[in-house]
Amino acid sequence: MNLSKLLKNAFLILVASVVLTACSTQKKTTSGQMQGDVYTGSDSVEYLASGVPDRVFFATNETVLTTASRETLRKQAAWLRKNSDINVVLEGHADERGTREYNLALGERRANSAKDYLMTYGISSDRISVLSYGKEKPVDSGSNPLAWSKNRRSVTVKAN
Amino acid sequence: MQEKCWKDKMLFRYLFILLVLLPVKVFALIEVDITRGNLNPLPVAISPLAIDKDSKENFKKILKKKNLGSEISKIVENNLKQSGLFNPLNKDAFLQKPDIANLKPRFEDWNLIKAQALVTGKVTFVDEKLRVEFRLWDVLAGKEMMALAFTTVPSNWRRVGHIITDKVYERLTGEKGYFDTRIIYISEEGPKTNRIKKLAIMDQDGFNNKFLTLGNELVLTPRFSPTNQMVTYLSYFRNLPRVYLLDIETGMQEVVGDFPGMTFAPRFSPDGKKIIMSFAKDGNSDIYTMDLENRIVERISNHPSIDTSPSYSPDGKYITFNSDRSGYQQIYTMKSNGKNVKRISFGNGLYGTPVWSPRGDLIAFTKLHKGKFYIGVMRTDGTGERLLTENFYQEAPSWSPNGRVLIFYRETKTNTKGEGFSAKLWSIDLTGYNERMVKTQTDASDPSWSSLLSN
Repeated sequence: MNLSKLLKNAFLILVASVVLTACSTQKKTTSGQMQGDVYTGSDSVEYLASGVPDRVFFATNETVLTTASRETLRKQAAWLRKNSDINVVLEGHADERGTREYNLALGERRANSAKDYLMTYGISSDRISVLSYGKEKPVDSGSNPLAWSKNRRSVTVKAN
Repeated sequence: MQEKCWKDKMLFRYLFILLVLLPVKVFALIEVDITRGNLNPLPVAISPLAIDKDSKENFKKILKKKNLGSEISKIVENNLKQSGLFNPLNKDAFLQKPDIANLKPRFEDWNLIKAQALVTGKVTFVDEKLRVEFRLWDVLAGKEMMALAFTTVPSNWRRVGHIITDKVYERLTGEKGYFDTRIIYISEEGPKTNRIKKLAIMDQDGFNNKFLTLGNELVLTPRFSPTNQMVTYLSYFRNLPRVYLLDIETGMQEVVGDFPGMTFAPRFSPDGKKIIMSFAKDGNSDIYTMDLENRIVERISNHPSIDTSPSYSPDGKYITFNSDRSGYQQIYTMKSNGKNVKRISFGNGLYGTPVWSPRGDLIAFTKLHKGKFYIGVMRTDGTGERLLTENFYQEAPSWSPNGRVLIFYRETKTNTKGEGFSAKLWSIDLTGYNERMVKTQTDASDPSWSSLLSN
């Protein structure tokens, strides 16, 4: 009886360690392009000008700007100050893991948090319009965490 | 109960003239219980509708159908089968000829093949019109349960099949049918990253499909008016996402209201006189209504969180909606003036797309939990949550007009290369049984069920 209990426990520990290694290897494969579940790679990123990325990425269900996003937006603001004749549209997007209507609202909120940040760096709201596509325009058609992280984004597009 | 059929004024708004042939009072001997999952569908025999030689030739010329009588009976048969409540028997086993069966069925013959109910009828060509009569028989009791006849233009022949089904369904279950109805939906084509979406409409059984937009602009979430042939939907015409109103009879469309930002998630009020929707501005979505007669806009919710997917109760007194004011997407109810907001979803996971049942007692929803999507129902106070179906991705349930069936859409997971995407319409019984894919010409999403075209 005791022996079987002991064996059972040993087995459980073995299972747990296998699961744990599985987790850690999984993290390693994506850590190059994601931090938490925010995309940090540059696969889908385009540039408004040299050194000025056009997009920022969000965590699942979040609209808060990350440190990297704020840095990107500061570069965009500097570029917009230098090019005062250019207006922009901020296109807000969500991943496919949400209901359509809620994601439309979420995309709008994401684009607006980028807009608010640009405004605090001196860009007039007259120069910025906001357009939410919800989950309608993914850049990556994959059904996996990395693809979803690329799709949760706000993209700054020249309007003229 | 059975008298209800005769009392109903069969005033078909468009082309139908309905005559009651033989109002016979009989006791309801066959009863189909539709409140539980039906694992034992009622065996019914749908005898092909009898047709005389001349009528056959005439319809062949007009409709290019060899035998209109059997074509119509096929519609009835298919509808009954799809409902999951009936088991239409194989015609090869029928002993009696259609014309004789319609006059006086030999009940022993039908009993022999275990049919409990029998539908017979006759199709004739009269004054350029299509005249159909049909009878529903109780085989075990050897009695006629119903007899009806109606006349219409020949091109309406499919609707005749649907109306017969509605009458048979109503007589046998005691509840209104949902067969003479249409589905408005979004037709989808092309790769996931560049999807072409069109507004489309079809009969409930997938026939008579029609595209209502060309696919030049993104269109989403069409919803039928519960009272007429109007549809409200979201269009990205000129990259301005706005709620539109479309009259599907005339093709006329217009923007609903002049809001300085995105309007979305539209639905009609139960009387069809108002549109309720979300309006998003400066990162905040709230719920508004617009009266379609005087164009007066009213703000219903006022909260810094996302408020969306509003849906009225059938009496118009309450609204259920989706909000993340608790931090995550949950379902709420409030009075139609925006007062008395109550959270009703408390299970594990996120909840979205609440839709009030036309019967008033339930709210259907989409639930996201641990990476799976569920379609479910709960009582209007949030109790009695029941999940009907689980999948990788599915959402947006829409009720059949009798509140017995839900139609929704389901998307497949793509492989590592991002291939293999598809979106299809599915229907499921309120009981959780009888899950079926609804055939569409293209990929499809965002279905909305019309009310009964004839009532």
